[in-house]
Amino acid sequence: MRQTLKDAFEIAWKDLADFFRDRMRLISFIIMPIFMMVMTGYIFPSQNSLNGVSIAVVNGDGGGAAASRVAAGLEQIEIGGTKSFNLLSASSADEAKDLIRQGRISGAIVIPAGFTQGIMSGKQAQVTIITDQSNPQVSAMLGTMLEKVVDAFSTKVAEEKLRAVTAMAPVPLLGDPDAAVRPFVVRQEGIVAGEPNYFQFMAPGIMAMVVVMAVMMGLAGAIAREREIGTLDGILVAPINRLSIILGKTFSQSVRGFTQGALVLVLAVLLFHVRVYGSLLLVALLLVLGIFSFVGLGILISAFASEQETAMTILMTLNFPMMFLSGAFFPVQQMPEIMRWLSRLIPLSYTIQGLRKVMILGAGLGAITTEIAVLAGFGLVTLAIAVPAFSKAITR
Amino acid sequence: MSEQVMIEVENLTRKFGGFVAVDHVSFAVPKGRVFGFLGPNGAGKSTTIRMLTTLLRPTAGTARISGYDLVKEPDKVRRKIGLVSEKLIVYDRLTARENLRLFGRLNHLPDDIIRERTEHWLRALKMEPWADHLAGTFSTGMKQRVNIARALLNMPEVLFLDEPTLGLDPQTTRSIREFIQDLRSQGVTIVLTTHQMYEAEALCDTIGIIDRGRMVAVGTSSELKKMLNGDGTAVIDLEIPNLSDDMVTAIAEVPSVKHIGHETATRLRVQTVAGTAGGASGAGGADPGAPGDTIGQVLARLLSSGARLASVNMAEPTLEDVFVQLTGHEMRDEVQDKVPSGRGHSRQRVAQRVAR
Repeated sequence: MRQTLKDAFEIAWKDLADFFRDRMRLISFIIMPIFMMVMTGYIFPSQNSLNGVSIAVVNGDGGGAAASRVAAGLEQIEIGGTKSFNLLSASSADEAKDLIRQGRISGAIVIPAGFTQGIMSGKQAQVTIITDQSNPQVSAMLGTMLEKVVDAFSTKVAEEKLRAVTAMAPVPLLGDPDAAVRPFVVRQEGIVAGEPNYFQFMAPGIMAMVVVMAVMMGLAGAIAREREIGTLDGILVAPINRLSIILGKTFSQSVRGFTQGALVLVLAVLLFHVRVYGSLLLVALLLVLGIFSFVGLGILISAFASEQETAMTILMTLNFPMMFLSGAFFPVQQMPEIMRWLSRLIPLSYTIQGLRKVMILGAGLGAITTEIAVLAGFGLVTLAIAVPAFSKAITR
Repeated sequence: MSEQVMIEVENLTRKFGGFVAVDHVSFAVPKGRVFGFLGPNGAGKSTTIRMLTTLLRPTAGTARISGYDLVKEPDKVRRKIGLVSEKLIVYDRLTARENLRLFGRLNHLPDDIIRERTEHWLRALKMEPWADHLAGTFSTGMKQRVNIARALLNMPEVLFLDEPTLGLDPQTTRSIREFIQDLRSQGVTIVLTTHQMYEAEALCDTIGIIDRGRMVAVGTSSELKKMLNGDGTAVIDLEIPNLSDDMVTAIAEVPSVKHIGHETATRLRVQTVAGTAGGASGAGGADPGAPGDTIGQVLARLLSSGARLASVNMAEPTLEDVFVQLTGHEMRDEVQDKVPSGRGHSRQRVAQRVAR
């Protein structure tokens, strides 16, 4: 066994020397996680924020005071110092729809004629929101925000009315008019202090994905590559245990994967103000287990793919669905039943789930025992299949 | 029979699906001898080497190498052998020395012995000045020398060389051939594959001619050539500046002509069989007559079909002629089978017709 480990170390040293001496590969190795982090960090909607989205206001109410207040309210909404909406005016609902079709605006709000009049005379007034169905994400957010504005406005009107009524009454009928209109308000409280941050959610997923995929790709690719160029024969003709080849390759790829993972974490902390609430040791443990769970699969692929290109094609096919099903980008809870079920079959899901618990919620070892057990189990089972298959396949 | 047999191959067979790449190959090599596999590409040379070096499992049959069974004790066999395969086993991003250290350690050699042998072989192969340069900066010939040093690190009793001079410049080829002869004199048993006649003749004590997975003949180069002289085969080289297909067809009709090789656009190599004892193979029942008669017939037909004969030579038979005699086709045909050209086809048709 000691000899096997020594041989494994030699192979790992060779792989790492080979890797770190290739400048181009080293550069892309460092840039890849940076791209990954920056891309996912900036292109995905980081908050429920809209920046300068053009919407049209169709003010059918003319000079009505209430209508102007709605429009003014929309204009004032801003998040992080930038105005959310860029208001245009349209003369009719039809014109607004045309503008949406042309892609010039993302939505419209229609204030009907007699809006102010209606409110003043004590009737229930109505506004219409027109959304752009070709862009569901923006339109959903727009809908929510416009509703909020209208809601806030109608609450204000209600309060004013109530105040007027209360003021007219001889004895105070009610306590606080606010409380009368909105009997309760909601206050949010998280498990850890601070605002929920989208990067905080993304970072564990990206880290796990980068590490696990780097190792799996590296493992299958490296063995297939050595077979293709013929150097694998040199290793195979040496009197060494077949296991030491697997161990050596796994070790060198893990070092690479870990380096990239650490890079992602450092970037997340420095650029996106991600905080790790739990222990870094547990983060490392989960990553090690995450790698372990995929080693078997990587070896199986390399055993049956005689060329590097074949190995890469198989891996790409597996990686793509895994990226989405593992919950790295989108919460699994939002997926339909069958996808959630599929997600449970992918070990990467457990790595990410565990990492989120530790990194975001500050969970301890006790809270991630399921994840640890599943990852270790998956790794053991696939390795038990892969190691004999590999030994057999490489000497066909 | 006091000689120690280092390699004993028995009915070694390998199938890939329905294709039989190596078909019941048997041979033995005594210690300190060079055995050469001669055959065209795709004949099964590399597959045999891969099996003998434990890289490929035989479908049937086995071999004993240095006294160990290939199938039952692969790890023991691996300690005794060195492999220089068709593909270079050298890591580009390691220096020559680092390459050797890596493989030395994988062969479980102590570091001081690795250092000593690295110096020794790099010096012997004239690679010392480049010991600490990355192998990726080397020419193919330099890499091949590091590759050979690597195969020799564990002081193998048996060295396998799969096309060791393939794609090398003439100078490196020569120095590698000399080096192989040195190794032989040091008692290393060597198996090498080649598709070059000259290399097989110059280096090998015994030559095994392999074609389509089958060992068609084994013997020393002179033994193999005697097979031709024994049955009265003669080889004539003809230089005909105005050579045409009609002339080739005309000669092909001579019953005792066994094979016509189209060497160049103006050169023919004609192999004839002469019946020393009445009937000869491939003569189709007709009495072929004495060699002189055959040559006369060939020349007569050529002249009557308008050939201008620039030169006529009785050639010493070569291993190529032996190969043609044994297999009925030229070694080059195999290669051309893969890329059919008009010329190649017509020549083969003639060859087939002649080799009834």
